[in-house]
Amino acid sequence: MKKGYVRPLDLKHGRVDMSHGAGGRAMAQLIEELFLKAFDNEWLRQQNDQANFAIATVPGSRMVMATDSHVVSPLFFPGGDIGCLSVHGTINDVAMAGAKPLYLAASFIIEEGFALGELARIVDSMARAAREAGVPIVTGDTKVVEQGKGDGVFITTTGIGVVPPGVNVSGDRARPGDAILVSGFVGDHGTAIMSKRESLAFDTEIVSDTAALHGLVASMVDAVPDIHVLRDPTRGGLATTLNEIARQAGVGMMLEEAAIPVQPQVNAACEFLGLDPLYVANEGKLVAICATEHADLLLAAMRAHPLGTYAARIGEVHADTHHFVQMKTAFGGKRIVDWLSGEQLPRIC
Amino acid sequence: MKYVDEFRDGDVARGLAAAITREARADRNYSFMEFCGGHTHAISRYGVTDLLPPNVRMIHGPGCPVCVLPIGRIDLAIELALERGVTICTYGDCMRVPASESLSLLKAKALVDKTRADIRMIYSATDALALARAEPQREVVFFAIGFETTTPPTALVIKQAKAEGLANFSVLCNHVLTPAAISSILESPEVRQYGTVPLDGFVGPAHVSTVIGSQPYEFFAEEYRKPVVIAGFEPLDVMQAIRMLVRQVNEGRAEVENEFTRAVTREGNLKAQQLVSEVFELRRSFEWRGLGEVPYSALRIRADFAAHDAEAKFALEYRSVADNKACECGAILRGVKKPQDCKLFATVCTPENPMGSCMVSSEGACAAHFTYGRFRDIDVVAA
Repeated sequence: MKKGYVRPLDLKHGRVDMSHGAGGRAMAQLIEELFLKAFDNEWLRQQNDQANFAIATVPGSRMVMATDSHVVSPLFFPGGDIGCLSVHGTINDVAMAGAKPLYLAASFIIEEGFALGELARIVDSMARAAREAGVPIVTGDTKVVEQGKGDGVFITTTGIGVVPPGVNVSGDRARPGDAILVSGFVGDHGTAIMSKRESLAFDTEIVSDTAALHGLVASMVDAVPDIHVLRDPTRGGLATTLNEIARQAGVGMMLEEAAIPVQPQVNAACEFLGLDPLYVANEGKLVAICATEHADLLLAAMRAHPLGTYAARIGEVHADTHHFVQMKTAFGGKRIVDWLSGEQLPRIC
Repeated sequence: MKYVDEFRDGDVARGLAAAITREARADRNYSFMEFCGGHTHAISRYGVTDLLPPNVRMIHGPGCPVCVLPIGRIDLAIELALERGVTICTYGDCMRVPASESLSLLKAKALVDKTRADIRMIYSATDALALARAEPQREVVFFAIGFETTTPPTALVIKQAKAEGLANFSVLCNHVLTPAAISSILESPEVRQYGTVPLDGFVGPAHVSTVIGSQPYEFFAEEYRKPVVIAGFEPLDVMQAIRMLVRQVNEGRAEVENEFTRAVTREGNLKAQQLVSEVFELRRSFEWRGLGEVPYSALRIRADFAAHDAEAKFALEYRSVADNKACECGAILRGVKKPQDCKLFATVCTPENPMGSCMVSSEGACAAHFTYGRFRDIDVVAA
């Protein structure tokens, strides 16, 4: 027998068991062979419980911090998986302050019995997403829960970043007269997920739009430093995000239905399911609100970026004490685009 | 979307709106009831009322399957899940309908003993059947609701369950009938005696009519002298139907006309009708929210299929439960009141916390008005 030989993790047939979360050798092995190997960077190599780093700040810059838990089902979906989603989600939350994301932390809650091979796929996908985004995962944690007490794997990521001086992006800064822009087609992610839920037997080529948006944000901030509001319309979709902003800023909005970009196949799938694409989640889109005189410049900057090719100006902020988000329908009438109530449920007839 | 966008074209809509305005006589009002929730939804969502002249008014009818479901029926389903260890499968809209003790199927889902029971949202009756097949130890009840549109698929799964001898599958049947509800409205004192609900005609059901055909409405047109125009669920369908109704009124006609010829025939879908009559029979009476007990207005499962009839299998006893006293759903479903006439509307009754059933489904008159149209009730003032 070779001295010091440890049989490697069986990624083909192995499964997570309670010992992988117990703090002993099995856990150390899981961390080393899977997480450290995939995420490899100077901070993780130090093998401390925390990451140490200095942040070179310019006077007038600010730190931002955001956290996001991911419980998506199914774990793998067209266009992505929970791994890259958990990296993109938190990078985007940080970036929506107009910030440059710097570091990520990741925490895993894994269900006993979860296949090691699938875990490896998820971790590799996270590592790739973090590398592509240039935002390293510098610290993390793993816990294992008994079978039946989790849904495969839950991932929580936390990120920190720095907002450059002169940038002041906040949901309460939407002002009457401001222009509302969206970075591309809405409703892709939620529709892709929905099409893979086992209860729904329909095929589509719709893929999730999951993407890290900090690059797009950087070029937008370069073009127009005084962007008033940035937000990624994830859960609850575009409609919910705009309602949040309207309430936060104490304003109303008027949208042009015909101007909102929706892919025809997403429209068709939503029609079929009785859903409204405006309420369907996105994971790679953002809403921007800026002064109307900056709108053309900002739109051009968005369209020049690969993640903003289909960006569009979709409406305007106005004064309204009721904070209604209204929309001129393509049909010629007007209606409210309300908060999503509960979960979006399909209709019967 | 090919074949859908054509029915939502703004230019065509403006043309139709101009035609309606031109043809509607200035010296009179026109009140039409759209029976179906699908029409209510289309009218609100696309802002159709903004395009109509002020003397053409639409009244929302009771054709929303979730809205007319009385509290007592939901209570039965909750009782099965919580006390009898049954897994309830139902369509999404049913989940939030308020039941007794501030419960709903959605809230009851959090209380269910998940080791044996559950409350699940499904998209099709066959999903419930598949669950029963895959997990023979699980007692599955499909909580079936809807008008004639959703009845044939329910009939199909009952037949299938019998053929396969699926002992753990049954159906709690709440299927109701459109013509009975129309009769009930036409017979109501508000329409017949007092004339408090002026009713000049009906926009007739779309999907329901694909199954039952246009023939069943001929009686109403003839007997009650009310024109009926069957219309599809797209906003242009609705506008075209309104124009046809205006013409009938102007010409003193009361006929059944079919705007939805791309899907509806006079006879309807005979195969589906045959299937339904094989599995179901008329109930002598059934309680509707808003309309109360309506004779011969619903279906029950025939004795041949009793093994798959949850009411028989679990010896369920129906208890009628009164609605919240201040809730105006009943009057709204009969067209007597508008959502904004209700004291609870948009105060304690909202889509997040519905007190009455009309606030639950997006097809319900209150939910549609709250979600899409409530800005019309108040002057939007600048801050």
